[in-house]
Parts: sequence; C-alpha cells; structure tokens
Amino acid sequence: MTESSATLRRNVSRSRLLPLTGIFVALAAWQITVSMRPSLIPGPIVVGRAIGELAVRGLLVKYVVASLFRVTWGYLAALAIAIPFGLALGMITLGEMAINPILQVLRPISPLAWIPIAILWFGVGDVSAIFLIFLASFLPLTVATMNAVHNIDPVHLAAARNFGVPLRARVADVLVPAILPQLIVAMRIALGVAWLVVVAAEMIAVNSGLGFLIVDARNAGDRYDLVIAGMVLIGAIGVVLDLLMRRLERLDSVRWGYAAE
Amino acid sequence: MKVQFADVSMRFGAMEVLQHVTIGVEEGEFLCIVGPSGCGKSTLLNIAGGFLAPVAGSVTIDGETVTAPDRRRIFVFQERGVFPWLTVEGNIGFGLFDMPEEARRQRVAQYIQLVGLDGFEKAYPRELSGGMKQRVEVARALAVNPDVLFLDEPFGALDSITRLQMRSELLRIWRAERKTVLFVTHDIEESVQLADRVVVMSARPGRIRRVVDIDIAHPRDLSSTRYIELRDLIFGEIGLAHQV
Repeated sequence: MTESSATLRRNVSRSRLLPLTGIFVALAAWQITVSMRPSLIPGPIVVGRAIGELAVRGLLVKYVVASLFRVTWGYLAALAIAIPFGLALGMITLGEMAINPILQVLRPISPLAWIPIAILWFGVGDVSAIFLIFLASFLPLTVATMNAVHNIDPVHLAAARNFGVPLRARVADVLVPAILPQLIVAMRIALGVAWLVVVAAEMIAVNSGLGFLIVDARNAGDRYDLVIAGMVLIGAIGVVLDLLMRRLERLDSVRWGYAAE
Repeated sequence: MKVQFADVSMRFGAMEVLQHVTIGVEEGEFLCIVGPSGCGKSTLLNIAGGFLAPVAGSVTIDGETVTAPDRRRIFVFQERGVFPWLTVEGNIGFGLFDMPEEARRQRVAQYIQLVGLDGFEKAYPRELSGGMKQRVEVARALAVNPDVLFLDEPFGALDSITRLQMRSELLRIWRAERKTVLFVTHDIEESVQLADRVVVMSARPGRIRRVVDIDIAHPRDLSSTRYIELRDLIFGEIGLAHQV
C-alpha cells in the first residue's frame, strides 16, 4: 500500500515534470540555434516580446477571441447537423448505402479546396471562414457517428426492443448514450481539425484572428516575430481545447466506453 | 399451454439448425433446454422471444402467434445485457418508462431489494461483479412484470461458486413470482437442479431427443439417488460417458 502510493506519487510528479522539462529543453535548443544563425527565425525571447507587444496593443485578446468565435460557430453548427445526420444514417441502412459513397468522396478533399466556393457563396468575411470550419469538422463527425451506431452491442439494441421503448426514448436512452464514448473522441478530433483550419480560413481577407495575424505580419513589413507568436498561440490554445474536451471522457456515464483504468 | 412450440424448424442459409420442434410449456413451469453447443437451443429461445422468425412452424404464447419481441416476455442475456451507461436504478427502471415517477421509484426499490442489491442503487455496472450485473438484468426483466422469462445461459460467464448462488437465488425469485421460465443451458447439472422438466436436444440439426420430468421437490439434495439417476439419464441421452 505505502509502496504503491509512493510509486503513484513518483509517477504523478514524473508525468508533470517530464513535459515541462521537454518544453524547456526545446526552448533552450531553439534559442541556442538562433543565436548561432540569427537569420533563421526569431528566437523564443523575441517571440515572447512579440506576444507582449500584442497584449499591450490589445490585439492578443481581440485576435484570440475572433478566432475562437469563428471556430465555435463553425464547430457548433457541425455538431448540430452531423450528429443527428450520422445517427439517422447509422440507423437506416438504405440511407447509409445511398449517402456513404458521397461522404467518402468528399472526405479526401481538403477544406482549403473549398475556399473559392466559400467566397462565391458567402463573399469574403466571417461567414466564409465559419463555413470552412464547419465543413472541416462536419465530415469526420458524420462518419464517426455513423460508425459508432454500427458498433453498438446488438444485445443492447435487442434489450431496448424487448422492453418496447418508444422510438424517442430508444434514441435518447439507448442509441445516444451507447455511442457517446466514441462520439466524444470524434468530437475531440473534430475540434482539433476545426482549429487547424482556422488559420487558412482567416487568410480569406478577414481582418482579425490568429490566422490573419500571421498573414498580416508577413505582408506588413516581414514581422516574423509576430508570425511565430501567432503560431505559438495557435498551438497553445489547441492544447487547451483538447484538454477541455478530454474532461468529457471522465463523465460517469461514458467511462465504461474507455479502457479500464 | 402457456407457450406452445408447434413443429418449429429453422435454417440459416443452407444450414439446418432446428427440425420439427414441438413442445408445450405450462403456465408457471420452469423448463430447461439442454444440448451440445451449436444444437440450436439459443435459436429456439430467440424464436420464442420474437427476435427470429422460424422457416416453418410457429410459437404461440397464450394462443397468440409470436411475431415480434414483446414486453410481456423478457429475454435475459448473459450479464452483457445491462446498459453500462445507466446506474443500477436506471437499468432496473428502464422498462418502466410509462409509469408515473413515484410508482416507478417504488417498483425499482422493490426489485433492488428482491435481488439483494440494496446500497448499490447509484452504482454503475463497471463497478459491479459479474454476479451482481446478472442480478441487475434479472431485476430489470422482472420489474416490468412479464409472464414469461427467457434466460439464455444466464450464468455461463460466472465463476462456479457465484453460479451456484445465483441458481438458488433464481429459484427463490421464481417461487416468489411464479413466472413461466424457459432456461437454456449446456450445463446438465444446472438443468437438473433448476427445472420441472428438461428438454434434451440432439446435436445440430436440433431435434428433441427426450423430455425428462425432474420429480424432486425443492430444495433439491444434490447427492440424493434420484438426482444422480436423472442427471446420469440426461448425460447418457446426450451421449456422454459420465467420467473424466
């Protein structure tokens, strides 16, 4: 008991210490490399100062909020449509047979390829950016929901049928909770993709956001320190979003779906 | 007759699974179906439950032909049937969706007590042992007050001690509730311990070889001469020499 709790404590402190060490070593290596070849990219200290400059000019919060705003709307719209759509496809075999090939053809097309069409339909601006983010997360979510329905243990479906539960309750109390563990993983991945696409989406002549920051900093006077500041911020926020999504996996009603702890 | 199998035959593709099965089950009877694995005994139960349609013959319950699952007759799977996303309470109350909240709460509490899961109301299945999960499933089935219970090797995944305990539990509950029970097992001892009658099936394609009356009063003494006689009769019927 005492031995295992000591091991546990050691593992916990290791699991906190090692990532921090890794980041520190990477930063140090970056700084050293840059001090030998200053023309390569700006070093971490310069980039840190650039982030400070953004904060002072009030752009840090403004751009982060702008990017999160677009991702939120695009992603929520994708959730609202993809989950019911995927559920329906998973339940209705004929519908799936008809629509699955289309999904499979659309899937390998990068969301970036839709930029001209987004501009054609929605003009340059927020709506186009949101549309691209929507597209990027919609397809993987639909396919994952559909597959999750197929993976439901047939015994659970048989039990639900046996008790004669009405359709609405069958969806709400059996289908949805049965796919939830897989769905949460898919939601996490889709949010990652949505965040990935925000940079490209913001290259469509919007005038705020972290993607805009990167393009603008390069166009307006080769401010590569700001370019890298934008990249660092995107990465850091991506990690935070992923950590938040991971918390959903701790819910009591979905923990059964993941490997035993 | 409560449940009547009339000349039931079943085929999966080219494979004959059941041939001309005819047997009636009395109201309140405990009927066990035993046979070698793959003999179609589970298929027979699934047909009676309305999950499969036979290629020939029919099953009638109270004179009505079975065409689909019905909440008056509940199928109990191995403990895999409990919903892992619901608590013990949630599982047991699952079939009571059309009951007013208060009545539902009382009914759930009653069956939690019947299967001895007091104190585990809020527990999730992953926190329970196999035997406890099986109790949850039995309670969930009984809570909707069905007339017939179908049990498909319900204790097959349990360890042998838990299995013995679960058998006496099931008998206690059966005596209290007087349901008609159709119980499929490949365990001959289990069938002789539980059943009023044992249906012995042949290897595939499954036919009824013999129906054995178990004329021993409960509680059954597992070392009595009659018990051993009946058990060996069934072993012999299945073609197993009773020695290792």
